[in-house]
Amino acid sequence: MGRTLAEKVWDDHVVRRVEGEPDLLYIDLHLLHEVTSPQAFDGLRKSGRRVRRTDLTIATEDHNTPTLDIDKPIADPVSRTQLETLRKNCVEFGVRLHSLGDAEQGVVHVVGPQLGLTQPGTTVVCGDSHTSTHGAFGALAFGIGTSQVEHVLATQTLPMAPFRTMAVTVTGELPAGVTAKDLILAIIARIGTGGGQGYVIEYRGEAIEKLSMEARMTICNMSIEAGARAGMIAPDETTFAYLRGRDHAPRGEDWDAAVAYWRTLRTDEDAVFDHEVVIDAATLAPFVTWGTNPGQGAPLSEAVPDPASFDDPTDRVAAEKALEYMGLTPGQPLREIAVDTVFVGSCTNGRIEDLRSAAEVLRGRRIADGVRMLVVPGSVRVALQAVEEGLDKVFTAAGAEWRHAGCSMCLGMNPDQLSPGERCASTSNRNFEGRQGKGGRTHLVSPQVAAATALTGRLASPADLADVPTLAEV
Amino acid sequence: MEAFTTHAGRAVPLRRSNVDTDQIIPAHWLKKVTRDGFEDGLFESWRRDPEFVLNQEAYRGATVLVAGPDFGTGSSREHAVWALQNYGFKAVISPRFADIFRGNSLKNGLLTVVLPQSTVEALWDLVEREPNTEVTVDLVTRRVTAPGIEADFDLDENARWRLLEGLDDISLTLRHEGDIADFESRRPVYKPRTQAV
Repeated sequence: MGRTLAEKVWDDHVVRRVEGEPDLLYIDLHLLHEVTSPQAFDGLRKSGRRVRRTDLTIATEDHNTPTLDIDKPIADPVSRTQLETLRKNCVEFGVRLHSLGDAEQGVVHVVGPQLGLTQPGTTVVCGDSHTSTHGAFGALAFGIGTSQVEHVLATQTLPMAPFRTMAVTVTGELPAGVTAKDLILAIIARIGTGGGQGYVIEYRGEAIEKLSMEARMTICNMSIEAGARAGMIAPDETTFAYLRGRDHAPRGEDWDAAVAYWRTLRTDEDAVFDHEVVIDAATLAPFVTWGTNPGQGAPLSEAVPDPASFDDPTDRVAAEKALEYMGLTPGQPLREIAVDTVFVGSCTNGRIEDLRSAAEVLRGRRIADGVRMLVVPGSVRVALQAVEEGLDKVFTAAGAEWRHAGCSMCLGMNPDQLSPGERCASTSNRNFEGRQGKGGRTHLVSPQVAAATALTGRLASPADLADVPTLAEV
Repeated sequence: MEAFTTHAGRAVPLRRSNVDTDQIIPAHWLKKVTRDGFEDGLFESWRRDPEFVLNQEAYRGATVLVAGPDFGTGSSREHAVWALQNYGFKAVISPRFADIFRGNSLKNGLLTVVLPQSTVEALWDLVEREPNTEVTVDLVTRRVTAPGIEADFDLDENARWRLLEGLDDISLTLRHEGDIADFESRRPVYKPRTQAV
């Protein structure tokens, strides 16, 4: 019987297979950041172990880093200690590190792909659940805990229990104005936050094949929000074109050998998935979340649902609690929800294409009075590219703040946070209670919806902007 | 890792689904560089409500957490497991756990037990009615028992063995160092490298 893409990559990394034990899997690339690594390095020190493969390991600073005044000492002493701990550990153990202020610094899941380190058919791990991002290249990439970080540092392997396979096939073409973010939010709403549990999802079908690498990364990034271990997309010409010439992409004969292997990384015709979901792209529309888990979303044209409309009692209670936290009432049209803040950035939507699409909506317009908008590039490289294209000027002319690279307002670990009750349209990946700051309320949206929302002050898509004047018209 | 064989203790009913790791331990706690001292951060936001179940006198000192489905979703932070352990929990029962959380818990000796929703509801009803009820989680027999409730649970044999023995994964893997070196000698040259060594 044929094998799926995920099974092929898995099989190519089995170091040891014994009946009744988990497979021991080789790890090609280990990404580190400051939050989930200190206890792992401590463990190595205590047991007198070294990092087995410093040439397959790379670290960056992202979660704690401020996005303003990056040339000044970090104000929060606890954050500063954590970053200093990473720096000391990387020196002691010989790990390559891109610190705040370095030209290659940025969100770990933006840095790996842009350096060309994330390649088809590799296994990629990081102590961060959004490691699933790298699956966009046909890599088997998953988030791990700190004990596993220590395990990979010491052995370059992980004992892994077998997974199940799920195909999410997106047929047809995405309608104009519908993005990868809308698609993945709709997929999560469909299969639920636990629907992918135990699975590696392969996204396939015409609509997926047409996506750019950036858009594919957005899709795979949020696989974890569906509960999946990983998300993958088969590598194709789009993937090869993205990788060719990047710093760590193979060259010359190595490139040819690599591409020949990468072309084999497709699910066989006769392979069988454990579960299949089919979605018709033509039925999709801009999608936003109304609740406190990423599965609680709906098309922007709809209204806040009535908890009583949920058949499942667990879902009903969850919806009641979510609406209470979010300060929303059943039946309220989503388009009437007013926001205080708009955040564009994160490992989900902080790449150059995301910034371009937000800038396109904002160009020549001003954001609504009373709304603050943060635009945070995913990496220093993305920032430099945006400046070269003049996007920073578009953002600042519109009244948005143009910041330095980092995780920023995606999570409450650095100075960029919401205040209690503050409502935010965010291009990040989690709308959990307090995720963006204690008491903050998050609506997950695409970069286009974020930009349109900033202009009107209410959840909106670019199609709603006919009445919003451009600066030239004012 | 501390071995886990059997544990008996009082239980806390947490009637919530989708308890994500941001709720278990909020991000600002993740700046610590140790594995201990997370107990005050456990469910920090919910604990500000005096009515929250962990604030109720009846459940003080309880060591088994009984939660709704999709416990531990979201971030990979192992700090969520440490926070539960630092607070005093030895086992968590839920109809479904997020994968990464489950893996993290078993590597730290926090036993995560999957039981059907109906059993979880029976446990909720029981410990709400009788907070002093002792719930026993037995890994040897793979069974949860409480007055009127007896439920078997699954756990793969390898994970169970490591928990029962309190074995360290890294030492187990390093027994196969030769296999790892063999594999490395066969890796294609085009595979990416982060630096020359």
